[in-house]
Amino acid sequence: MRSTRTIDISTGLFVMLGFASILFMVTQITNRGYSLKSDSYRLMAAFENIGGLKTGAPVSMAGVTIGRVEDIQYDINLYKAIVTMRISDKYRAIPNDSDASIYTAGLLGGQYIGLTPGGSDVPYKDGDQVIMANDAIVLENLISKYLFNSAATKPGESTPAPAPAAQE
Amino acid sequence: MITILRETMQSFLTFLERVGLLVRFALRLAAILPLGLLRPRPIIEQVYNTGAMSLVIIMTCGLFIGMVLGLQGYDLLTRFGSEEYLGTATAISLLRELGPVVTALLFAGRAGTALAAELGLMRATDQIAAMEIMAVDPMRRVVLPRFLGGVIAMPLLVSIFIVVALFGAQLVGVEFFGVDSGSYWSQMRSAVELSDIREGLVKGLVFGVACSLIAVYEGYNAMPTAEGVGRATTRTVVISAVVTLILDYILTALML
Repeated sequence: MRSTRTIDISTGLFVMLGFASILFMVTQITNRGYSLKSDSYRLMAAFENIGGLKTGAPVSMAGVTIGRVEDIQYDINLYKAIVTMRISDKYRAIPNDSDASIYTAGLLGGQYIGLTPGGSDVPYKDGDQVIMANDAIVLENLISKYLFNSAATKPGESTPAPAPAAQE
Repeated sequence: MITILRETMQSFLTFLERVGLLVRFALRLAAILPLGLLRPRPIIEQVYNTGAMSLVIIMTCGLFIGMVLGLQGYDLLTRFGSEEYLGTATAISLLRELGPVVTALLFAGRAGTALAAELGLMRATDQIAAMEIMAVDPMRRVVLPRFLGGVIAMPLLVSIFIVVALFGAQLVGVEFFGVDSGSYWSQMRSAVELSDIREGLVKGLVFGVACSLIAVYEGYNAMPTAEGVGRATTRTVVISAVVTLILDYILTALML
């Protein structure tokens, strides 16, 4: 039989581990905050519509992840969503006329921000705002636009209208 | 024909009798529950026996369940080009189902058998009868702490299992297959609700009560022979597994 002290210590360890796991589940895998590493700088971008972009989503350039979305706020004066991105310090030299767009990974995948480099010699600094911000493509808008367009151009036609691309 | 009918009838009656005895046993435990809580020392020892001693097997199995979820989930989700949802799929299946159920099955195999064999051997070697002669209530001294230890240990084991499995899935999905680690955690975070965690913990608690109760009941009422102890151990695992899975369906239907 082991001594009571050993039993107490291992029981304490087990119980602490159990509660630490519960705490981890409650704080880390539900919607609560977590911080990113500090060796990075911030970029802001104002979008009309961010679609389903979430904090923690990747920011990529040419498909390579260079940072993450840190914060998303709604600006009541601009009527826009202000997205704060944390870009790793390794990628300091991004031209300050690069534009930011929201893309979807695959048809059903999560959304991310893609940066397209511009031609300027001056790089972005910490806290700069991206001037050109292209919104997320909302599938419903696309569909409704297509439906309304086809209804306006060809009224009374029973067969479905061909896609606009095919008409050109 | 009549003999077959009679035997079926007989075994059905035996089954009903066993259920009734189990209920009576549970009620007796419930009646002495407040008294048992006054003596925390034996309960701590049993938390050690059932919980801390099961830690290694729970963590190992959790790691591999998580890794296989990562593997299967990745393979399935890449077909739809949405491997970002690996975190969501893993977390929800673990929290709601796999965590509590697999932990309960492992618990029945590791801790339940130990409890049943220990109590059965006490019965076989007349230790329980000796206690009764000394006017020590064996239900209170021996059975109740073991039962409570299992009940306390189970939800903690479930949560440890789930967290280890989440990191196992992250190991395979993110480190081996290159799913984006930010997507893995952020998609998980945006989909998992506190109610999912509550469901997992409630299931863990209920399975803990069921498995511990079955283990102490089978051990306490084992036939006082070597064969009886063996049979009690086997029955503990079998009944625990079946009851866990039936309860799992009922609880899921209740909480969905």
